[in-house]
Amino acid sequence: MSVILAVTEQRDGALRKVSFEVVAAARQLADALGATVDAVVFGAGEVSGMDELGNTGADRVLTADHPDFARYSPDGQAATLAELGAGAAAVVFAASATGRDLAPRVAARLGVGCASDVVGLEVQGGRLNATRPVYAGKALQKLRLLGSPAVLTVRPNTFTSSDSAKAGAVEKVSVPSFTARVIVTGTKAPDGGALDVAEAPIVVSGGRGLKEPGNFALIEALAAALGNAAVGASRAVVDVGWRDHAAQVGQTGKTVSPNLYVAVGISGAIQHLAGMRTAKVIVAINKDKDAPIFKVADYGIVGDLFEVVPRLTEEVKKLRE
Amino acid sequence: MKIAVCLKRVPDTTTKIVIGSDGASIDETGVKFVPNPFDEFAIEAAIALKEAAGSGETVVYSLGGDAALETIRTALAMGMDRGVLLQSGGSTDGMEVAKALAAELKDQGFDLILFGKLAVDDYNYQVGPMTAELLGLPCITSLVHLKVADGTVEAEREIEGGVETSTCRLPAVLTCDKGLNTPRLPSLKGIMAAKKKPLEVKAVDLGAGTVEILGLELPPERSAGKIVGEGPDAVPELVSLLRNEAKVI
Amino acid sequence: MTNRFSGVDFYDMDSLLSEEERAVRDTVRTWVDEHLMPVIADAYIKGEFPEALVPQMAELGFFGANLPERYGCAGLNNVAYGLIMQELERGDSGVRSFASVQGALVMYPIYQFGSDEQKDQWLPRLASGEDVGCFGLTEPDYGSNPGGLITTAREADGGWVLNGTKMWITNGSRASVAIIWAKTGDISDASSVRGFIVPADTPGFSARDQKGKLSLRASDTSELLLEDVKVPASALLPKSSGIKSALMCLTQARYGIAWGGIGAAMACYEEALSYAQNRIMFDRPIAQTQLQQARLAEMLTEITKAQFMTLQLGRLKDRGTMTPFQVSLAKRNNVNMAAECAREARRLLGANGILAEYGAMRHMANLESVYTYEGTHDMHTLILGQEITGLSAF
Repeated sequence: MSVILAVTEQRDGALRKVSFEVVAAARQLADALGATVDAVVFGAGEVSGMDELGNTGADRVLTADHPDFARYSPDGQAATLAELGAGAAAVVFAASATGRDLAPRVAARLGVGCASDVVGLEVQGGRLNATRPVYAGKALQKLRLLGSPAVLTVRPNTFTSSDSAKAGAVEKVSVPSFTARVIVTGTKAPDGGALDVAEAPIVVSGGRGLKEPGNFALIEALAAALGNAAVGASRAVVDVGWRDHAAQVGQTGKTVSPNLYVAVGISGAIQHLAGMRTAKVIVAINKDKDAPIFKVADYGIVGDLFEVVPRLTEEVKKLRE
Repeated sequence: MKIAVCLKRVPDTTTKIVIGSDGASIDETGVKFVPNPFDEFAIEAAIALKEAAGSGETVVYSLGGDAALETIRTALAMGMDRGVLLQSGGSTDGMEVAKALAAELKDQGFDLILFGKLAVDDYNYQVGPMTAELLGLPCITSLVHLKVADGTVEAEREIEGGVETSTCRLPAVLTCDKGLNTPRLPSLKGIMAAKKKPLEVKAVDLGAGTVEILGLELPPERSAGKIVGEGPDAVPELVSLLRNEAKVI
Repeated sequence: MTNRFSGVDFYDMDSLLSEEERAVRDTVRTWVDEHLMPVIADAYIKGEFPEALVPQMAELGFFGANLPERYGCAGLNNVAYGLIMQELERGDSGVRSFASVQGALVMYPIYQFGSDEQKDQWLPRLASGEDVGCFGLTEPDYGSNPGGLITTAREADGGWVLNGTKMWITNGSRASVAIIWAKTGDISDASSVRGFIVPADTPGFSARDQKGKLSLRASDTSELLLEDVKVPASALLPKSSGIKSALMCLTQARYGIAWGGIGAAMACYEEALSYAQNRIMFDRPIAQTQLQQARLAEMLTEITKAQFMTLQLGRLKDRGTMTPFQVSLAKRNNVNMAAECAREARRLLGANGILAEYGAMRHMANLESVYTYEGTHDMHTLILGQEITGLSAF
């Protein structure tokens, strides 16, 4: 029976949320191909969250333990995956900072191609077809990976957990010897590890309509009330330094696909829409009824955001009580 | 320092995408082509590093048809020393491009080989790290900060919620992200000088391919939803819709 | 960041430009988007020339760009030079005036009429922006009739003594060097006019800005006062001979200004088009109304005509056959049509059109100066009339 490898990611000894999405995607493939899913966990010692991998659909959890794996170790992890992946049908990564770095290395070592940032998967005649955004999301490309294994990275917030729990039996695998050519020396997390806009299930974004950088407090309060929400920003406010570039949503920032995207005081220029148009539900709050954002929003409120947003925060808090 | 930059000719990011008649690529009528903006960070880094070192050579490579000669000349106008066109039909297959580049770059004695982190047409994020693996060189991707000293690279890259620092020895492959630097404009003297800089054309054959493009289509249009109401009084209705209809909170 | 300008090219003029010409145009266009547009409205309102931009312009090679490389210049052809002026004026006529003066009215006379020593001494410094120059020809009572100027240059102590007043001098108060045109012979003898390189720190030389301008506000316009200004013999531009030498410089500047008019018109057209498409009134964009469409069609037609005519003018200049009369025709037409485009754009923009946030009214005000300087529109009419008929109607 063929195997789909699902490559997880951990930080500070805990599995990152995207890992479960990777397993869900792998599970979807495995079910279509009649294959099993092996989730791969890299760590130096215990990694919490592993027991959830079975519930998400992993038949086995393969742990690769090495002192270097306390942090991301490109050469060591690529070497390990090249070995594990050689006989697999597919190797699935998250389209995260780490996944985007690691997947092409593994593909190159195995002499195969790689499909990046996949948003749709199907199996046709035993072959894997992937759909992925190109031209900053202005078009969707459908491609078939020709070699074996099929190597791909999947967009966060796209492959939700499947409800097919599997055994998730843990097995240790050996790590081949490798030369650590690149050494990750540390991680600086200025926001105390705030949720990334590309990975959060809810994103609340602010634009020029907020008038002053301090008014982002309104956005932060709404995000906190909603829970599991990241604060995003339009290019206009990033360019004038109100928010960090990491929060920028749009063609020259990040592309996000959250379940819910709330655009506050954002007019909806094409460049911004390119970054959030794949959100499942879009809410727009703007005082200009002709703002282009209302053309893509599922729900809109025309009004003064300084009145609407606090009220929304209040109502959301009531709901959660 | 001897530094190579791999540059791709891509459609300008403001291009309105029209699907071509083959259903698998864009219609290029009226499209303006430019150097990949992420590769411009690589070009700027290469030129600045050579300026800081006081001596060396910077070489720009591009893989594609004759139209890419103009793209290479833009890089020469910015200040790269010489260019090489790897003449071929161009490819959307990252692995094949990486193989062709690796074959060309092997044993050339480059201290650094720089790429943009991604190309704004295919958004693959691949060719840089794949080329590095084929060359057996260390690779750090998506750099927003770079320091080279004593044969060592110190780099920073953005990760979710923070910044990751890493290091490697030269020779190395690096891919560049927005924020690494501000690419200089080609000066007018540079534009004139570019015409006289060496530009070699070499034909290369790309391999059979590791991916097959099945099709290209426009994404589904989002239709406008509804304006729930005006002002804060519309909020309770919105919250109710988000919970009961959209089921997202 | 401001929106990027993508030009106006209805008849594919780009296909008639060489790769270098397009590359030069693109560098200036991008620079204007990134560095000039963010500061110009403010500079204009304050009445201040954005001097921080000078080193960047110099570094990129905007000054004297069509002069030879051996002087530190870019060595471009005249079409490329024209495209620089076009793109600068798309930003602002005052900033383009700075470059016109530096290149065509200071570097050019030194290049054309100067000794080798003068060229080697001054041209590289002007190209690099270390020195800023001005062109002292116009006087309070002698504008359209430059040959009547009354600034004198008398030989004394192996050198010259200059006396006189100049007015409407761009860059005057900022310049470290002035090209002064003065009569060395009888006050009525225009053929006795010679050019002199006068450093601004020479005793007796002073410059003072003219206040109260409602046009070209982001540019320095100054009076120059010369009171017994003593300069050495080496200050004389040896090959300058008569008022015609000064007029040759004006022909150079006017050539660039013809291109500049196209730039201003393009800026106004693009702004008007974009506004019309987004401004909703009576439930539809105003771009869907006949009167605004008529405005836009008219602007586009004038821009397109001017583009091809001026491109050919540039090719003639590169061929060496361009005449001053051909330049008169282009300057006269292009500036006039640009002023009309600006006014029509301002009207299309409605109430918003009076705000500095939009370019139309600033361009409209600027272009009144451009209509008037470097040969007024009416003067060029008579220049052409005389050339065509052989009869002077001055």
